[in-house]
This record gives sequence, structure tokens and C-alpha cells, in this order.
Amino acid sequence: MHDIVTSGFLFPNDLHAHWSLMIVLYPYITGLVAGAFIVSSLYHVFGIKELKPVARFSLVAAFAFLMFACTPLLFHLGHPERALNIMFTPKFTSAMSGFGYIYNFYLLIVLLEIWFVYRPEIIRRARETQGPLKALYWCLALGSLNDDEASLGLDRKIISVLAAVGIPSACILHGYVGFLFGSLKSNPWWSSPLMPVIFLLSAIVSGISILIVCYWLVCRFSDLKLDTGCLTAMFKYLWGFFILDVSMEGLELLTHIYEAHEEWHIVSLMLSERLGFSFYTLQLGICSVIPLIALGFVVLKKMQDATRIRLGLICSVLILVQVLAMRWNVIVGGQLFSKSLRGLTSYTPTILGREGLLAALVLFMMPFVVMYVFNLILPLFNKEAESQQ
Amino acid sequence: MKHDRREFIKKAGWTFIGSGLYINLFSAGPALAGSRSSALKNLYAFIVNTETCIGCGKCAAACRAENSVPDGNYRTWIERYTIMHSGSVEVDSPHGGEKGFTPLSFNPADIRKSFFVPKLCNHCKKPNCVQVCPVGATYVSPEGFVLVDEKRCVGCSYCMQACPYSARFMNPVTHTADKCTWCYHRIRQGKTTACVQVCPVGARLFGRVDDTDGPVAQLLKAKRLQVLKPETGNEPMVLYVGLDKEVH
Repeated sequence: MHDIVTSGFLFPNDLHAHWSLMIVLYPYITGLVAGAFIVSSLYHVFGIKELKPVARFSLVAAFAFLMFACTPLLFHLGHPERALNIMFTPKFTSAMSGFGYIYNFYLLIVLLEIWFVYRPEIIRRARETQGPLKALYWCLALGSLNDDEASLGLDRKIISVLAAVGIPSACILHGYVGFLFGSLKSNPWWSSPLMPVIFLLSAIVSGISILIVCYWLVCRFSDLKLDTGCLTAMFKYLWGFFILDVSMEGLELLTHIYEAHEEWHIVSLMLSERLGFSFYTLQLGICSVIPLIALGFVVLKKMQDATRIRLGLICSVLILVQVLAMRWNVIVGGQLFSKSLRGLTSYTPTILGREGLLAALVLFMMPFVVMYVFNLILPLFNKEAESQQ
Repeated sequence: MKHDRREFIKKAGWTFIGSGLYINLFSAGPALAGSRSSALKNLYAFIVNTETCIGCGKCAAACRAENSVPDGNYRTWIERYTIMHSGSVEVDSPHGGEKGFTPLSFNPADIRKSFFVPKLCNHCKKPNCVQVCPVGATYVSPEGFVLVDEKRCVGCSYCMQACPYSARFMNPVTHTADKCTWCYHRIRQGKTTACVQVCPVGARLFGRVDDTDGPVAQLLKAKRLQVLKPETGNEPMVLYVGLDKEVH
């Protein structure tokens, strides 16, 4: 247990940060979902052909992250056994009560889309495999092995509709997470109409970044051929969304500084004394400036593919760190100053314990385990299609 | 066969929706009692007189004893403000002021004024905490008391983040949100709150606003009163006599 460092006058109940590392992880994982889904929709709805190699993978990644998006909340709740009451006995004046419905609706959309996308593959395997595997694929096909052209045509139409419905759902899901914080008028660091927009944009960039990193890693350590056209397209979208994201974050900070409300004194003190490294150095400095400039080069300048990929990858990793830092700075930062507006406290996550670093790390790895297991049953990448390309 | 299955799915769907509505409307208990009431009235108010408070801390100690408040958490506390001639403001509240205050260490010639401000849940007319609770565990009683149903609270801490006064804490024993109830259990028995009862100087007053002969109604008539953080729009029902602009 780390000692809490305080300065100035705190209200006596403001000593501890109530929302811990797990609440930082929650919007981070949720953001990866939204971003990954947007990439898959860029292919399925907007017909961005370059993204075909990662279209299926991005959908499965969205599903894998979605499966664990709520788990950090369970680790945090005082009574996790009552968690489902949020859906069974909701109070609709609460911004939080809608999450269960939005989450489940989105999960349904993603699951259905995955099923329709993988249906031809499932049917093929149900026919080609033998024994227990055949039974498994038969069950996954829900007993329907009809893959004539009319049936597959209908599937494609349904996929387009699901992907189209999924885009606003993804935006609502993450914009909503930002609203949870932005709508709290009691906290001057959170209360901002820009908060949902910032959360949404940072979600999209983190989702694209994790796909880039995962795609590269899979190609690096398997016999899958890296499609540079696909990666370049992802770099392009990443740059575009990141420009918007950083602009919004900058505008919000500028508004705080320029308006200089009574509360700004303590917020700015908190930023400089408690979040100097994670806010100024990481979020605004290294992890924003370098990707903004370097991705510009990656997208606009002619260079060797190997250099482009290397530079783009570094930017993607930096953006993943930037978004994590942003989540930390918003959520933890908002709790480091007292509502007395006269004092600061501190928060250091523990290593062990249900809200500790180790638990967070294990939790963050779980979606990757899901992807690995999924890949054992159904391939994340369509190698045949790629070799045809 | 197909017809049977369709019928089954239809009936199951209606049963699911029906049971959901039943749970929502009829099993919600006290949490919905307040919100269903169309005539919510804030019948009570709490008045704190900062001009008479001596910072003895008896109120905070009585509250802890009466409500079994765990150590390190506070349903009520006292702040001491010391405003210097230079304009600087010093605030302290050692142990929530529960054990009283040690004499000021500043040079008396430098001090413009010093006073005590007791704090507690404001039982707002438009409480943020009630608005944000996702399960209705925080609710308004028919008399206007803002209460927490610990059997329903999921312990998400959203109410703590939403309260502009930091009047709430996570109870380490029950793992639910906790706060001042204006001693609801005592009021129901016709008594007053524990803190009001022990205050030696009458700096805390509690009572019905419609009781024209009562101390609260009298003070409401006689004094100009202020509330903490009026800009939040929560309309607190704890009113202060002699509140300084330095107090948040």
C-alpha cells in the first residue's frame, strides 16, 4: 500500500480516489472495441477494399475486447453480485443505467455480424471435417448448411445492414462512456460537452492502432503475408482521426486555460504537480507530437515500404500509450484535487489486489487469449483470399 | 411443429418482458417510493450558524457514535477558516474537527478573521447523487431526506463523484455508499438529529420549515441565509448563517 501524498486542504472524504486503475482500463478496452469495429465497417459499409485483409480480424478483435469491456467494472464494484441490477432495476435518470442496454445491443450486432461473415467458412468446415469437430461446426452453423448463391447474397445484405447499424452503435457506445464523465458538473476537469467527442475519437485511434500492431505481429510470427497496401490505408485513417482527436483535446485544454474559471487554479496545479509526466510529457508531448508529424510523413512522403511500416508501427504504439495516458489523466486526474478546490491528493495503483496492476494486466491480456482460441476454431485472416490478391 | 415453436417464442418473450416490468415497478421498494411520489416536499431544513459555532467537534463525535461511522470517514465535519490581512486563506479540519482544534499558530496581528464551518450532506432538492445512481439505491424520502438503500447499492461510487460537497464515502464495512441521513431513524421517532442535540451553542438547527413556531422557521424569517455552491443548481436544504465567500 502506497502512502497518499496530500497538499493543501482536502475535504475529509476526498483523501482517496474512488475510481481506480480498473476504471481507467474500462474506457480503454471499450475504446479498442469501437475503433476495431469502425475499421471493419470501413470495409463492409464504405467498401474500402484495401482494408479487406483485416476486415474479419477487426470484427473478431472488436468482439474479443467487447467480451472483457465490462469486467473491470466488476472488479471495481463494491457489490459485483448486484451488477445486473443496473439492467433489471435501472433508474433512467442515471447516465450509467443505459450502459447495460447499449453494451448488449452492440454485442448482439457484433456477434451476428461475425456469424454471417464466417458462415461460409463454418459451412465449409462442417462439410470437410469429421468427428467432434464436424459436430462443433454443425452447431456453429446452427444446423443450416445452405450456402447457395441466393443464401450467401442474403448474408451479404444482412452484413451490410449490421455493419451500418453497428457504426452508430459503436459511436454511441464510446461517446456514451465519455458522457459518463462529461456530464458530471461537480468535477471541473470532467464536465465538458467535448468529453464524449474526445472519448470517441481517442477510441477510434486506439482501435486502429491496436489492429495495426496485432496485424504486424501476426504476420511477423506466422506465415501470413503482410499487405502493405492495407497497412498504409490504416496509417492514413489513423492519421486523419488522430488529427481530429488531438485537436479536440487541445481545444478543450485551451478553453479551460482561456476561461480560467475559479476551479482552473486547482486543476492546473493538479496537472503540473501530479500529472506532469503523464499529461504534459506523454499525452500532449511525445505521444501526440511525434505521431502527428511522423504519420504525416508516412502518409504523404514517398519512402521504402520497410521504413514506412516501421515508422507507422512506432506511431501506432505511441498512440496506444497516448490514449492510455489520456484515460489515466482524465479519470485519475479528476480525483486528485479536492472539491474544496484547495488541496491535492495522490493515487498510486497497487501491484496486487483486485484493482491492482497485475489484475489489470491479466485482464488486458484476456481479449488476446480469446482471439487466439477463436483462431483455433475459425481463422482470423483469410489466407486464400490474400494469396489470390 | 413450426407453429408451436413460434407460439413458444412469442409467449417466452412476453413472459420475459412482463417479469422485467414486474421487477422494475413492484419490487423496487423504497428506492422508487420517492420517485413515484408526485408531491415530493422538502419539509425539513438544516440551518448552520457559522457565527456561533465554536469548533468543539462534539457534533462530529456524536454523529460517529450514533451512526457507527467507520474511522477515517465522515458524515459531518467542521472546517476552520483563517483569513489573513494579506488575503491568504488557511483552512484546516484535523480528524474532521471531531477532536476540536488546537489554537492557531499564526501571529494574531496578521489574522483578519477566523471562523468554523460545519459541513454535512445538503439533502438537496435536486440532488445529483439521486440523478446519477444507476439502480435507484439513492433516493429521496417523501419528507425530502436523501437516503441510501444499502441493500440495493452496487457500490459503483458514481454518486460520490457526482456530489459537489464530497459528503459521501464508501463504507468499508458494507461496501456501499454512505452519508449523513439527517438521523432519519431518530426523526421518525420524534427526536432531533444527534449533532443538533449535542451542540452546546445551538449552531446547528433542524426542523420543519412549515412549523411557524419552530426554530428553523423563525431563523428563516429573521436571517439572510446562503447555501454552499449555489451554482450547481442542486438547491441544498442546508442553509448557512454568515457564510463567507471563501467557503466552498
